[in-house]
Amino acid sequence: MNAGNGSVIDELKERFGAGAVTAQQTKDGVPTAWVGKGIAYDVLNYLKMASGRRFRMLYDLTAIDERVRRHREGQPESDFTVVYHLLSYDSNEDVRIKTGLTEGESIRSVTGIWPAANWYEREVWDMFGVGFEGHPHLRRILMPPTWKGHPLRKDHPARATEMGPFRLPEEKSMEEQEAMRFHPEDWGLAPGGEDTDYMFLNLGPHHPGTHGLLRIILALDGEEIVDSVVDIGFHHRGAEKMGERQSWHTYIPYTDRIDYLAGVLNNLPYVLAVEKLAGIEVPDRVKVIRIMLSELFRIESHLVWYGTFAQDLGALSPVFYTFYDRERMFEIIEAVCGGRMHPGWFRIGGVAQDLPKGWDGLVRGFLDWLPSRLAEYDSIIMKNSLFKARTKGVGAYTLSEAMEWGVTGPNLRACGFEWDWRKKRPYGGYDWFDFEIPTAREGDCYGRAVVRVEEIRQSMRIVEQCLKNMPAGDHKSRHPLAAPPLKPRTMQDIETLIDHFLGVSWGPVIPAGEAAAGVEGAKGNNSYYLVSDGSTVSYRTRIRTPSFPHMQTLPMLVKGLNIPDLIAILGSIDFILADIDR
Amino acid sequence: MSQTVIHLIMVFGVLGVMMSIAAGLIWVERRLLGLWQDRYGPNRVGPLGMLQPLADVIKILAKEDWVPPFADRPVFTLAPAIVVITVLLVFAVMPFAPGIVVADLNIGVLYFLAMSSLGVYSVALGGWASGNKYSLIGALRASAQMISYEVFMGLSIMGVVMMSGSFDLRRIVEAQRGLWYIVPQFIGFAVFLVAGVAETHRLPFDLPEAESELVAGFHSEYSGMKFGLFFVGEYLGITLISMLITTLFLGGWYGPVLPPVVWFFIKTFFFIGFFILLRAALPRPRYDQLIRIGWKLMLPLSLLNIVVTGGIMLAAR
Repeated sequence: MNAGNGSVIDELKERFGAGAVTAQQTKDGVPTAWVGKGIAYDVLNYLKMASGRRFRMLYDLTAIDERVRRHREGQPESDFTVVYHLLSYDSNEDVRIKTGLTEGESIRSVTGIWPAANWYEREVWDMFGVGFEGHPHLRRILMPPTWKGHPLRKDHPARATEMGPFRLPEEKSMEEQEAMRFHPEDWGLAPGGEDTDYMFLNLGPHHPGTHGLLRIILALDGEEIVDSVVDIGFHHRGAEKMGERQSWHTYIPYTDRIDYLAGVLNNLPYVLAVEKLAGIEVPDRVKVIRIMLSELFRIESHLVWYGTFAQDLGALSPVFYTFYDRERMFEIIEAVCGGRMHPGWFRIGGVAQDLPKGWDGLVRGFLDWLPSRLAEYDSIIMKNSLFKARTKGVGAYTLSEAMEWGVTGPNLRACGFEWDWRKKRPYGGYDWFDFEIPTAREGDCYGRAVVRVEEIRQSMRIVEQCLKNMPAGDHKSRHPLAAPPLKPRTMQDIETLIDHFLGVSWGPVIPAGEAAAGVEGAKGNNSYYLVSDGSTVSYRTRIRTPSFPHMQTLPMLVKGLNIPDLIAILGSIDFILADIDR
Repeated sequence: MSQTVIHLIMVFGVLGVMMSIAAGLIWVERRLLGLWQDRYGPNRVGPLGMLQPLADVIKILAKEDWVPPFADRPVFTLAPAIVVITVLLVFAVMPFAPGIVVADLNIGVLYFLAMSSLGVYSVALGGWASGNKYSLIGALRASAQMISYEVFMGLSIMGVVMMSGSFDLRRIVEAQRGLWYIVPQFIGFAVFLVAGVAETHRLPFDLPEAESELVAGFHSEYSGMKFGLFFVGEYLGITLISMLITTLFLGGWYGPVLPPVVWFFIKTFFFIGFFILLRAALPRPRYDQLIRIGWKLMLPLSLLNIVVTGGIMLAAR
């Protein structure tokens, strides 16, 4: 993951002076450096523009409320820490830049360096109340505009019972109603052109083409989209806040519900991050089981996308076919996990149970079933000339635009760039498998479709290899933080019995530290950045989802096109609202 | 006196049959789509679910007849009626079999074109009177689509009119005793078929409704029986276009062994099935692509068809 630990830090120290840069050790080995607020912008600008490593992508931007954290030895004083996570494609390495702020302080916006910072900075403002100077449109993004307080601050209540009963007096009701009144200027939209008034169309929050609660405000001239604003947050459930009160184990089912089509693919980065924090190694069998189920869920997610994308373009039938295939896949998931969309089945250090008898027959049956169906979809969808006419050349971005905007996953590969963490940074055992990374060149809606369809086939190859080479062994690590001690031992000595008792009643106490783990999710790169304060719950749980930056590119993609193109683009970028809003 | 009685029977008979077909098509379409989409479709009400339309009608009539407060009330109410009335009126000139026709009009083709042009008022006014932006966009799309497709819809039939020498639908059928016009007028047939799909705004030309884009397009605000009328109008429209294709290109009631009226309905239902299959099979083109197909492909094709037909007829004389 890191080419020569500390080398980026050394480069920064050389450039900005050793006193200005403070290195921090993290459990995941990502070079992490604290810089002062005054030079943060220059450091980030240097890392992107001047450094030989070229950190072209702002992978994540978030903050930590440090005010009640106990274990932060060697870190500079800070109330709120803004964390920039950068990624370099050239040298395949990460760097984390941190800047400490005191209460009420604001920091210079980096939207000028990475356009993708726009939404991230708004999120930090919304969640922590940290201001960004020079931000083009700093307003709440996930919470409603009338919300009081900043939810991810430690002093903000986490659930309703901490807040006193809800009341809606007349004046508050009127205020809420008034806040819903639409003024184009509030959203940074012009009310009209030189000699026309635009028609403002609210596409959503309830609309059949948005796949969930998403509001897109369109400024229309005829049917041409002159400008657009994406309003998100309708699906916000405070998943990150919940991470601060659920034990390390009980948080796993919440992760299922982030990208709710990808089930255990969400568990994976979370448990990988916790395992890094706790230093747990998992048995080989666990790795292969996890990979097999992850790939099955990738197939499932892509099948749902396939059918619904065709439906967005007006083809009514494919969605029924692909959902039928998905049911076949769920037969396996039901047999293995007992659940369907949200199995919550991975555990810290393993998986919940061993594979059931007969699992191999089910998987084999599915692998035999799917290829002929995929061939049929090729002929009715991908080769259909109307489908091509609707998707080719529509909603294209270039590779450099995609990098600037933080696009990952199939959407990035559709621009002709072979970037897949399963190959570039093989995590959890992917280096044992033989598969290819499909790409397309055009970066348009059709290219994105081509990549996903081929990914289904590659995932089937991986599942087939899992089927043929499933190692024997435990389905769980024996690490005391991962699994209860063996029953015979608890009957022998009091220490193991205490371990068992605490592990079951409190949940494991994960050592203090910080770690992030990312995976190649179905939609793109999905990461969990966990801060442990040496307790039974996480101090800060940051979920970096792929759909968030993808949705941010929408206004750029639809400008000058019309409503049907907008729907085609929405379908092609394959987002999940829960993945955007968390 | 007896003549009047026969006429009355004919009028109400045709009306009854057409309304029954329109209702029955709800079941036919849903079952066929179910078959093609690997699912059942309605199968609970009555044998094979055949009484589903009845249940639908009872439900839809029992619904609150609601007009949104921001709608233009009289126009909003009138719009759904227009589509049903104009389509039903065309059936008056439809020759189902020798002797079975309400009005043997010698300008039947022109009458049909006129009535189908009036049908667009239903969609345009309904969408406009709804006071909803989606409806408005749907109505605008519908108007543009109708204007574009009406032009060559008329032109595509001209080949048939030239060959038969008549605007009378009965005479056109009789002229096909030897050879159905689908053979010499294949281009005309193809163009008319496409225009027919556009005229009834069915998938792939359902842009005025375009569920995934415009929610329900021009009838977003409609509910209850007003919505039901748009629905009936759509099914009547499919039936009408299928019957016209049968009449103009497939020799109407002509066919061996079976009675003429049976042949007429066999051919009609073949095309109705085709319309439903189209809906199951194809995605929807974009608005500008649809208009481009109309003006740049269909219009020149139908003009070419007229020129070639005329040339051959002149040469043969």
